[in-house]
Amino acid sequence: MNCPYICYITYISNHVTGGLMNIGIQLLQYTLSGITIGSIYAMVAIGFNIIYNSTGIINFAQGDFVMLGGMIAVYFYKSLHVPLFLSGLCAVSIVMCIGMLFERFAIQIVKNSSIITLIIITIAASILFKGGAMFIWGKDAYILPSFSGDTPFMLFGATILPQTLWILGFLFLIVSALTVFFRFTIVGKAMKACSFNKRAARIVGINVNRMILLSFALSALIGGIAGVIVTPITLAHYDRGSLLGLKGFGTAILGGLGNMEGAIAAGIIIGLLECYSAGLISSGYKDAIALITLLMVLFFRPGGIFAKKAEQALKSY
Amino acid sequence: MLTVRSLKSYYESICALKAVSLHIEKGEIVTLIGANGSGKSTLLNSIIGLIPRITGTILFEGKEIQGLSSYTIVKLGIALAPEGRQLFSPMSVLDNLILGTYHYYSFKNRQKLNDKIEWIFELFPLLGKRKKQLAGTLSGGEQQMLSISRALMSEPRLLLLDEPSTGLAPKIIENIFRTLTELKEKTNLTIFLVEQNVNLALDICQRGYVIETGQIILSGEKEELMNNKEVLRAYLGKE
Amino acid sequence: MNSLLKTSYAKACLTFIFSIILMVTLRNPYYVGVLVFLGIYIIITTGLSLLMGYTGQISLGQAAFFGIGAYTTGILTTKLHMPIILSFPLSFILTVIIAFIVGIPTLRLKGHYLAMATLGLGEIVHIVFNELLSLTGGPSGFGNIPLIKIFGIELDNDFKYYIFVWAIVSFILFLSLNIVHSRIGRALKAIHKGEITASTIGINTARLKLYIFVLGAGYASVAGFLYAHYITFLSPGTFSLRFSILLVTMVAVGGMENIWGAVIGTSVLTVLPEYLRFFKDFDILIYGIILMAIMLTRPEGLYGIKIPLKRTGNNG
Repeated sequence: MNCPYICYITYISNHVTGGLMNIGIQLLQYTLSGITIGSIYAMVAIGFNIIYNSTGIINFAQGDFVMLGGMIAVYFYKSLHVPLFLSGLCAVSIVMCIGMLFERFAIQIVKNSSIITLIIITIAASILFKGGAMFIWGKDAYILPSFSGDTPFMLFGATILPQTLWILGFLFLIVSALTVFFRFTIVGKAMKACSFNKRAARIVGINVNRMILLSFALSALIGGIAGVIVTPITLAHYDRGSLLGLKGFGTAILGGLGNMEGAIAAGIIIGLLECYSAGLISSGYKDAIALITLLMVLFFRPGGIFAKKAEQALKSY
Repeated sequence: MLTVRSLKSYYESICALKAVSLHIEKGEIVTLIGANGSGKSTLLNSIIGLIPRITGTILFEGKEIQGLSSYTIVKLGIALAPEGRQLFSPMSVLDNLILGTYHYYSFKNRQKLNDKIEWIFELFPLLGKRKKQLAGTLSGGEQQMLSISRALMSEPRLLLLDEPSTGLAPKIIENIFRTLTELKEKTNLTIFLVEQNVNLALDICQRGYVIETGQIILSGEKEELMNNKEVLRAYLGKE
Repeated sequence: MNSLLKTSYAKACLTFIFSIILMVTLRNPYYVGVLVFLGIYIIITTGLSLLMGYTGQISLGQAAFFGIGAYTTGILTTKLHMPIILSFPLSFILTVIIAFIVGIPTLRLKGHYLAMATLGLGEIVHIVFNELLSLTGGPSGFGNIPLIKIFGIELDNDFKYYIFVWAIVSFILFLSLNIVHSRIGRALKAIHKGEITASTIGINTARLKLYIFVLGAGYASVAGFLYAHYITFLSPGTFSLRFSILLVTMVAVGGMENIWGAVIGTSVLTVLPEYLRFFKDFDILIYGIILMAIMLTRPEGLYGIKIPLKRTGNNG
């Protein structure tokens, strides 16, 4: 997903600096791109984590929530001529509803099946979302205008697109909102409680099914937001979800499944790894390098990079 | 207050309770005695709505509650301090208590919540000292106190206690049971106590039932049970 | 007679006879071609079914072993002009060795972590196919892979190849059924039930899981070999994550508990898209709907045995 973006950035930087890019600036440039892309991965991974915590399911349709967010926003903006911010808002709410419908009419029905069955259902949902998007919008890629113009500005010689700041801002917003939600609200605490001990949650009178519904709503919401804010840079396309889902899953695993702080750090690490290897080694192997790193972590620290020693001893992976 | 009529509960295809009937009146402490695997916990879990496959009737304050989901039952005024405590171990003592108030909590009645927590800390001063600590790091006795407190936080009129004495030192057990009796006297709380420690249970209760392989085999007043030959032999080890 | 029919040998023979009858009735080379693919896929999913159904492990990287098998024989026969009689064992051995090496660290993981690891391995192999231009021809692939010749007969049309593929499918089924019914099969079931229990009764769970993983990779390699010499052209697109996921889906749709479940699931999901072509742009959508409907109405799979609902109040 990041390739056109990197090319674009490199093009601008070369253009602005007259083709002579000093290695320091170049590194800074890669770092900035890495952080931007990593933020998106982090958002997808947070979506994975929320559903994982409440159900133990890896939702393979998570990337498709992102795709849908972008597609629907484009539809509102381009076809219905709704103002940009309103389009985004509509898209995010619709994706959230889709997430809830998915939980009610699919996950809820078979929730007592094995985890593998549940995962296959999320794969079926992913195919369904993709098929629906292709049916409605065809195979073209669409773009949204950047939220505040395309004029890049410079930071120590590296270029930053204004949209980058929007992405970082939204990541910050999402993380702070979630932190407040889980730490200070009763519903957030109840959701956390469900992930720790479902039986106890039932005993104290928490409606566990509603918490699961809420978790799907929340991750679809976050997916939708990611989709809207990233479309101005990477375009929206019906098949974009799979790769993003894969990256997001990798990020969630690297950060430790269910761990939000871990997801952010892991997202940025994977983003940086990709951009450095694309820029310094080979763009074809950038994903392979990120994946090999991920595998090494899995083999040697299966709980993710941030797992505590004691925790690792207790859990089985 | 609570009437159970010919209740049958099933785990998968196994029938764990075979037509159990009992009743509990307001303000009573009623105990249920039985060996391991006799269906004691199943009965409590059935009352609170954790077991999906049950037949028969459960009346709470005149309302049929069998088949309702546990969150509705908790809202109606029943709370369970379950076997094995079932705390939210990675969360703080305070958070565990707050979650007990889940069904009526709102931002507006925060004051009530704080009063309630103060009240709990008066009942169990030990918990007050540990309020920021994670529930999983508490000692066994403190965990049991927290489990009971969490149940009390939901303002129950009927408190179900599932083997509160398991694995605790006699002194702590005594402490907990004293608090419970005091509580009952002060608030007229109804308690349904399931115990393996029969001496203890008979000591605090007014009436009791004896359960064996999913059936109630005996019931009566405290003294009746204490002098019953069968009880003496099977549960108190006296010939 | 009845008990004879129940042996793996009889079942495999019946499968083969049935496939020949099917070919004779169909006659249309296009359909026969689809069924050749079906046979190739069944070989992979049988291995995957052993892994998923009998050890409870998941592999989202099976396309990689399929690809390694196909690319190795393809490269050996076109670039080095090696005879097929040599390229087949070499591609098989290479896949098995790779599976063995990656299997050791990978199978120590469980559940989602195992899924991620196998998925990562699959993607890495896929990237290598794309990037190793000198050998693989990169994204555009390479062609002119020779046809298979047995006893002087060149398998140059769909019918001949069909018979060859389904003979191998029957053999693979025979082998797998034997494994399932053997002592190992019962040990595998025990692993599925609970790993700790299995190891306490003296089953070396780690080693058995690794064997089955390697066996599944070997099957996939055979399938890759058959694929390469049928299509005679290879490009990385075939061996993507999407295909790995499709394979897992095939097993789940059919029912993980049984090898025949894999056969049925693979048949349904291979033949279905052929019918859906009729719908042009709808096809993915309808495919998704059907897949969802199957999983929702029969979560245990089409051929699955209904497992009594586990509702102890602990989960879900």
